[in-house]
Amino acid sequence: MRKAFVPLLAVAGFIFMTAPILVTRAPYESTMGLVQKIFYFHMPPAMLMLLSAIFCGIISAIELIRKRPVYDWIAYAAAELTVLYGALAMVTGPLWARKAWGVWWVWDPRLTMSLLLWMVFVSYLLLRRYGGPGSETLAAGLAVFGMATSPFVYLSVNIWRTIHPLTTVVPTLPVDFALPLWYAFTGFLLLYIALMTLRVRIEEQRALVDQLYLESEE
Amino acid sequence: MKKLFLSIFLFTGALVQNVQLLAQEPQSEFVPVTEIPASEQLPSAPLVIAAYAFVWLAFAVYVWMMWRKLGKVEQELGALSAQISKPRTARSDGIRP
Repeated sequence: MRKAFVPLLAVAGFIFMTAPILVTRAPYESTMGLVQKIFYFHMPPAMLMLLSAIFCGIISAIELIRKRPVYDWIAYAAAELTVLYGALAMVTGPLWARKAWGVWWVWDPRLTMSLLLWMVFVSYLLLRRYGGPGSETLAAGLAVFGMATSPFVYLSVNIWRTIHPLTTVVPTLPVDFALPLWYAFTGFLLLYIALMTLRVRIEEQRALVDQLYLESEE
Repeated sequence: MKKLFLSIFLFTGALVQNVQLLAQEPQSEFVPVTEIPASEQLPSAPLVIAAYAFVWLAFAVYVWMMWRKLGKVEQELGALSAQISKPRTARSDGIRP
C-alpha cells in the first residue's frame, strides 16, 4: 500500500488536470448556466466527506473494542481527510451559491448540518492534538457520533424544506453530466486513498519514534 | 511650508470633486426593468475558476505539509535508531555503555 502512494498521486493529478476538458465539454444546466460547472468540484468532495466520516466512525468503533494502534492511525487519518474534503465542499459550495441563489450562505438544513458534521471532525482533531493522554478514546467516541450524523446530512434535503438540490439529482443525471462528474469523483477518491496511505505512514512512524524513545530511556 | 502646500492641494482636490458631484443632474424618478443589465450581472467564470483553483491549492498545501511532517518523523527515527544502536555496538565490543 505504501508503494501505491506515488502512482495513485500521479493518476489523481492526471485526472485533476484533464477533468476541466470534460467539464468544459459538458452541457450547460438550463437554469444555472456556467456556474453549475462548480458541481463537478463540489459534489465529489462533499460525498467523500460523508463517506469518510462514516469510515472514520466504523474504524473508531472497532478501535474502541479491539484497542489496536493501527485502527487509531486509520481513524485519525480519516478524520483529517474528512475535515480536508469538508473544507473543499464548504468553499466551493458558497462560490456556487453566490451566483445560483444570490447569497454566499443560507442556514438551510443541508448546509447547516454539513457545517455541524465538519465541526464535529474539527473538534476530533483538536481533541487529538491538545487532549493529552487518553484523548484517542474520547475522540473515537466523538467519531462514532459524527458517523451517526452523516445519514441525516445526506437525507436532510429530502426530509426538510430546502433550496439545495435534492438527492434525486445525481442518480438521474444525463450521461453528458454524469461522465465528467464520475471522472472527477474518481480523481478525488484516488487522492483520498493516496493521502490516507501517506497519513497512516506518518502515524506509524510516529508510533515507532515513541517506542524508540521509551527504549532509549530504559 | 510643504505641509501648507499639501493641505491647500488636498483641500482644492476635495472641493473640485464636490463641485463635480453637485454638477450632476439629480435622479428625478426610478425606472423599473425586468432584467439586470449585462454589465451589472455577476460573472460565473471567476467563481468556477476560483473553485477549481481552491481545490488544487488545498490539496497542494496538504500534500506539502504531510510530506514535510513525514520527512521530520523519518529524520527523528533515523537519529534515534542510530543513538540506540551505538551503545549496543559498544556492548558487543566489550565496552560498557
